[in-house]
Amino acid sequence: MAKVPVQFTLNGSEKAEFVEGGTTLLHALRDKIGDTSPKGGCHQGTCGACSVIIDGELKLSCLTLAETCGGTDIRTTSGLAEAGVLHPLQRAFLDAFATQCGFCTPGMIMAAKVLLDHTPNPSRDEVVEALSGNICRCTGYEPIIQAVLTAARANSQNAA
Amino acid sequence: MELRKSYFADQRKDGLHEIGQGRPRLDSPGHVTGKTAYFADRNFPNMLHLKMVRSPHHHARIRSIDTSEAEKHPGVVKILTAKDVPHNVYTILILIQIGPEDETVLADGKVRWKGEAVVAVLAETERAAQEAAAKIKVDYEVLPAVFDMEEALKPGAPLVNEYHGQNYYLYDSGECRKVRFGDVEAGFAEADHILEQSYQSSPIEHAPTETTGCVVVPEGNDRFTCYTNTQAMFFTLDNASIILQMPGSKLHFVGGTVGGGFGGKVDVIVEPIAILGAKLTGRPVCFIYSREEEMQISSPRAAEKVVIKDGVMKDGRIVARKVTGYTDAGAYSRHSPYGAQKGAAHYPGPYTIPNVWIDTYCVYTNRTPSSAMRGFGVTIGDFALEVQMDKLARLIGMDPLEFRFINAYRDGDMKAHRQPTEGAALIECMQEASRAADWPVAEKFMAMSSYTKGA
Repeated sequence: MAKVPVQFTLNGSEKAEFVEGGTTLLHALRDKIGDTSPKGGCHQGTCGACSVIIDGELKLSCLTLAETCGGTDIRTTSGLAEAGVLHPLQRAFLDAFATQCGFCTPGMIMAAKVLLDHTPNPSRDEVVEALSGNICRCTGYEPIIQAVLTAARANSQNAA
Repeated sequence: MELRKSYFADQRKDGLHEIGQGRPRLDSPGHVTGKTAYFADRNFPNMLHLKMVRSPHHHARIRSIDTSEAEKHPGVVKILTAKDVPHNVYTILILIQIGPEDETVLADGKVRWKGEAVVAVLAETERAAQEAAAKIKVDYEVLPAVFDMEEALKPGAPLVNEYHGQNYYLYDSGECRKVRFGDVEAGFAEADHILEQSYQSSPIEHAPTETTGCVVVPEGNDRFTCYTNTQAMFFTLDNASIILQMPGSKLHFVGGTVGGGFGGKVDVIVEPIAILGAKLTGRPVCFIYSREEEMQISSPRAAEKVVIKDGVMKDGRIVARKVTGYTDAGAYSRHSPYGAQKGAAHYPGPYTIPNVWIDTYCVYTNRTPSSAMRGFGVTIGDFALEVQMDKLARLIGMDPLEFRFINAYRDGDMKAHRQPTEGAALIECMQEASRAADWPVAEKFMAMSSYTKGA
């Protein structure tokens, strides 16, 4: 099958790959580039485990074709910590016991990041709405919601 | 969280420093940074992808399998059928002498449930494996199937599994696991009221976010490394060793990181066939369930039916309990004979009842084989028992919590399966529940204790 060149930035570094037509961004990130932080849970856009940020917007990488991502800025959970210092969301997820098996966590953090980027001080309802596309099966929604609210508070205190 | 240290203070050396404290989970830093390595995060050069051809029928004889078109499909490297599996008929609990071996790794001459694995296709890409699998022609002669446990137990029902010879698991106690304690008929004769109710549940899928699977790598030292999300590492290693007729020393299992299991990953399903594929091709092999397979193929919690007949006195004492339990194993045993047996010991509940009669059946039907899930064997039983307790309390016009205090087991009470009660704490739990839920009970119940008689 014909391969297509695609070039984008992943967590600030330039990446270039040849992908087969129809290759998902999830597959390209995980199996070609080696960023396995987005997870494949359903491959049909229902679980949110593959969530990434493309040009500031939350996207499901299992439903995004890699060849459509040329020139974009892609962010994943593996690139969130800076110089080994955890992002406030990562810190809050740790402190609030918002992870159990951890499989949904990178996707949850991406969804929460986009929420806080657009809405720095969200209400609880806004957090619930923002995470509604991400499924957790260890039934940990409450600590996850608390973690996002805690991270929002930490952000606003730092800004003040 | 409040930790009450007043309970059982004399039984404890104390020094409970950790309980009630928040301690960071050791695996969380990996989870929040995306660094935790799940089995599917292992990627190896030249890795093959395995896809299964599955039975579209609930019960059928296989007349023939034609793989010729699939073999020609671009990217196909190897196609496996029953004859390629060294020890194709197995059962996981054989490790603890619970036989007979009753399940095939790849179907041999017959399929017994819709979705059963028949042919394994190994190809360069997932897509090539999928496309080639669709080209495999299996000629089936459809057989009558049975889906209802009571139907399956009737004479003349279609025989689900020839390795058992009948549609129930044959325990050393006979067609069911039995508990006999006291004289249940005398208890019913003495009772003021009798209540018989039937409770039923459907199979439940665990639906973990990470689907079942493994990645197998043939190593230079003639060993195979199997990265897996099994919840039963050594069970899987030992069963793989039996199925592959390969010493355990040749198998190196790497796991422990599981993206949700809930009991759904304790069967030995993906590893042996993936290791066999790696052995016969000399290449790494990846076998991951699709979401559809996870929902349709992986073992659910068994469907159960529980029939409970209780004799109760006006003063609140349950004097007789007769339970018939049915566990739907589906087409194969897996963990179900054990689950049904657990039910037999559990059905009296945490209550002291002088006359008990229990029969529990592990039944074979042409449904998806069921297996472990969080407290399997007792969870559905507990639902049935506690609904029954509420109904009994209502029948005699008693508060449901006080009714449970009257029947609660206490240290020294003999349980129906002849285990004396030790370390009971039901009364204390109910006292706390009474306070926490603001559901007051009479003072005499608040003064009761699990290890002293009276009140």
